[in-house]
Parts: sequence; C-alpha cells; structure tokens
Amino acid sequence: MNSIATEARTSGASGPAESGRAGGDRFGPHRARRRPGRVDRRVASWWWVVPAVVLTVGIQYFGVAAGSVFAFTDWKGAGAFRFVGVDNFVAAFQSPATVQALWNTLFLALCFVVLTNVLGLALAVSLNRVLKTRYLMRVLIFMPVVLSPLAVAYIWKFIFQPNGPLNGLLRSLGLDSWAVAWLGDPSTAIWTIVVVVVWQNIGLTMVIYLAGLANVPPELEEAAAVDGASAWARFFRVVLPLLRPTVVIASALTLIQGLRIFDHVLALTGGGPFNATQTLATLVYKETFVNSEFGYGSALSLILTLLITVAAILQVTLLRQRED
Amino acid sequence: MHRYRRRTFVFEIAIILITIAFLIPFFLLINVALKGDTDAFLSPAIAPPNPPTGSAFLDAWTGSATGSIPQGLLSSVIITGGSLIVLIAFGSIAAYTITRFPGKLSNGLYILFLIGIILPFQLGMVPVYVVLRSVGLVGTQLGMIILYSGLLMPLAVFLYTGFTRSLPREYEEAAQMDGSSRLQTFVRIIFPLLAPATGTVAILAGLVIWNDFFASLIFLSGSRNATIPVVIYGFVGANVSAWNVIFAGIIISMIPILLFYMFAQRRFIQGFAGGIKS
Repeated sequence: MNSIATEARTSGASGPAESGRAGGDRFGPHRARRRPGRVDRRVASWWWVVPAVVLTVGIQYFGVAAGSVFAFTDWKGAGAFRFVGVDNFVAAFQSPATVQALWNTLFLALCFVVLTNVLGLALAVSLNRVLKTRYLMRVLIFMPVVLSPLAVAYIWKFIFQPNGPLNGLLRSLGLDSWAVAWLGDPSTAIWTIVVVVVWQNIGLTMVIYLAGLANVPPELEEAAAVDGASAWARFFRVVLPLLRPTVVIASALTLIQGLRIFDHVLALTGGGPFNATQTLATLVYKETFVNSEFGYGSALSLILTLLITVAAILQVTLLRQRED
Repeated sequence: MHRYRRRTFVFEIAIILITIAFLIPFFLLINVALKGDTDAFLSPAIAPPNPPTGSAFLDAWTGSATGSIPQGLLSSVIITGGSLIVLIAFGSIAAYTITRFPGKLSNGLYILFLIGIILPFQLGMVPVYVVLRSVGLVGTQLGMIILYSGLLMPLAVFLYTGFTRSLPREYEEAAQMDGSSRLQTFVRIIFPLLAPATGTVAILAGLVIWNDFFASLIFLSGSRNATIPVVIYGFVGANVSAWNVIFAGIIISMIPILLFYMFAQRRFIQGFAGGIKS
C-alpha cells in the first residue's frame, strides 16, 4: 500500500511537465519513457527497518525502562512486589559494602583510564613509523584484546598464586619479603585487577592512537625538528595537540569500559577478600542473581547506569567543544 | 628525522624486549598446559615440561561434570553464528533504508539506534531475564540469539550506516531499470557492496558475543547450552589448582579466535580502530 502511494506521488510530480509535451504519455509504456533522472526513487521500503527496530526496542529499551521501574520496588524475582520509593537507594548508600563497591568501581575506572591511555599512547608513538618490526609488535600487543577476559584473568590468577611464578621470580631475586599473597591480601588484590585489565586492553588504546597518529602529517613534525625542537617538545607541542580528539574518544571509551569491569573481578577474586575488590557490576550480579534481591540489584544497576551516562555525556560535550 | 640510526636500533631492541616481557603470560600458559599432573604440581612454572605431554589436553577435552568443552564450543559457535546472521541481515537492510530515505523519521530512527549503543545493559538484564524465563527461552540457544541480536543491533546499524551513506545511487537505479524488484536489488547488488562493513560487524559483534561472560553466565549457567566462557568458569571451579588441565582448556577455548586473528589480523585491528573512531 505504501509503495502505491509513492508511485502515485512520483508520477504526479512528473506528470504535468511531461504531458505538456506529449499528450499520449499517460497511456504509453511507462518504463520506456523514463530517462535516468526520472527513475523511481523508491529503492527501499519502510518495512525493512522493522525487525531491527523491534529487536532494539524489545530488548534494549524495554530492558532499561523496566529495570528503572524495578529499582523502586522490593521485588524478589518471584511473586508480588510493592513500590518502596527510594528505599533501595537509601539502603545502598547506608551499606558499607555498597559504598566500598562504588569507590572500588571509581578507583578501578580511573586507574584503567590513566594507565591504558598513557601506556597505549606511548606504544603507539613508539610503533608509529620508524621501527622495522613495528607491524609484528602491533599484532602481538593487540592479541590479548581479542581474547576472552575470563580466560585472560585465569592465566593471571595462576601468576599471582602464593607459590606462583611472580613470587618465584621475587624469591629468586632475593626479595622474599615482597612475595605476598597478592589475591588474598585486601591491600594488593585491587592492584592485581588493575594489572590484568590494563595488560589486556593496552593494545586497544594503542590501535586507537595509531589511527589518530596516521592523521598527523609527518611534515609538521619535520618542520618543528628543523626549527630545533627536541623530541619531547615535538611530541607535547605539535603531536599531542593534534591528537586531542583521539584522546577524548579513547579516554571516554576506556572510562565507560572501566566502570563496567566484571569478568576479571569474578575470575580473579570473586569480589573478595572482604569486599576489597567488589565493584558495582559484581555487586549487581551478587544481589540480583545470587541473593535474588531483584529490586535492590536494579537500584544498584541504575546507579551504575547513571555513572556510565555521565561518562558518555562528558564525551559528547568534549567532542562538541573541539568542533567550536 | 625518520632516519634509522644507531639510537633507533637500540630503541628497537628495547621495544622488542618489552614485547617479549608482555607476552610472558602466553609462554606460561602453553608451558604449563604441556606438563603432566605431578610435573605441573611440583616444578616451577617456568621450568620446561619434563617430559612434554598432551595428557592435560585430553583431560580438558573429555571434560568435567559442569559441562564439556566440546559442547561449549559447539554452543558458542551456534549462538555467535546465529546472532551474526540476524545482525547482518536486519542491520544492513535497516541501515540502507535509513540512509535512502532522508528526513525526520530516518533521523529519529538513527538516534534511536545511537542511544541504544550507549545504553548500558546491566540495568535491562533482570527484566529481559524475567520475560525470557516466562516464555521458556532462558537456557536455550534461541533465547541467547534473540538477546544478543537485540543488544548488538544498534552497533550493527551504526556501522552499516557509516558505509551506506557514501554508497552511490547509480547501482540500484541501473538495477531497477533492468526490472529487478527492490528486495532483489538489495540482496544482489547492494548487500555485496557492503562487504567491508559486514566484515567489521562480524568481527566486532562476533568477538563481543563469543567472549561474553556476564549475560551467558546469567542466562545459561547450569544449562546444557552453556557457552565456552561459562564452561571454563565451571571448569576452573571443578579442577581447583590442576592448572595444567585448566590451561589446556583455556588454550582449546582460545584456538578458534586466535586462528581468525592470525588470518585476518589487519582486518581485526582496522575494524577496532575504525569502528570505534567513527
């Protein structure tokens, strides 16, 4: 039906001009009369977007909207529930474990953003143009990015074992006092997670910065070198300002990723010892699917969602600023 | 300034050493997996296997009570493949329609998909779980395919629109003159032209789905259809400190992705850099 309506519209638009010249146009064979500029512009049908829209709205939008409603209820996953206002949020901010999870989430995200970006940029600059082995090194450093975070976390869990290779190395260097139970000690456990997530994702920021560096014309750097600028000055005065948009994109992306760290924590420490590595994401899982506190878990989820939304808005704002 | 000097050579050696240090975890992974049970337990991790044996791989393959690795691989292949077919078929045609009908409605739809990329899904997991459970789709491969298709459709449409925007109209106009129907034109003429975008969608969405642990843990744990990350998770619990068997299992689970990566590393890297930048 839709297509008939448009068919009518197109022929209506071309009608008067054509019929002015040739009276028999309306009755003649339609197709033969068409010149390149007059081809039917309807090359698609609106129905074609329906499956994609239904899937997106039905899963994404429905889920997030309904989840926001659950956050204000005391639902346990089955049976009746009632609305409890902001009780879940009050309970969340009064619970020491949840407040600690919030701080852990922010701490992990911050470390993740700073380290992946600084180290990824350093690697990108090193492997940008000069070195002969740069392509091989890029491929090797990027490799962990494509692997399962869970599998990567288990490899590192072995390395951090009390009798594992890391402590073996420290002992062989005579640093016996440094050999601690990395995963079992609340003061070191969170750092083990930082190490693992940074190790796995450094290749990703490296690749984003390499794409950004490809847009920095080598002539600019050469001109600065001719003017006597040192390598440091060239990097900080010439290259880095041109990379600003890339820095914004890479740090916003890693910030959002850092706030959602889940697999690594569950595999390495399970949130322990004594909640020292519990993040909002792992706490949501625990409250919702282990303790069946669907309402409370949804409230925690909503807090995490708000954090991520703030990060996303920050990215959009910073990118806009650049365009002005 | 980009000349290769003695200093550059020293720098190159330093970078190579750093990369080797970076890869030590992979060395340990392979080294320990090749050890026998007592060898793995008694010798230091860096000591070479004495003698090298494939027994850990055999143990890992024959599996544990919580789900077997071959079954997990099969389930991962079906779920990832099925979701990719849905994403590519519906994502490409939706993106094409949006870019071919400029106007308010398409802009609105485009924004709908764009917001879908940013919406963090943790919040939606519970309600979707409840709905899928009520229709009996929790723990099934079909349920996972529907879930992942919905979660990643915004990304697929977004990546395809970046490509369809720059597609000249001449092709489909010529095809229409030849008298083929609109759907035929799309399938025969347009879709093959979208191959680079299809590659990016398959790589990015495929990796997310294959490696996903959060959703699959919630929807599939305890079911016969558990994907490989969930199987590995249960596997580690069942083989406490039998690291040679755990590592053999992890290696088996990594092989499909690593094979893809080796044959198409450039496409992987470009896909990530390009997909994220746009």
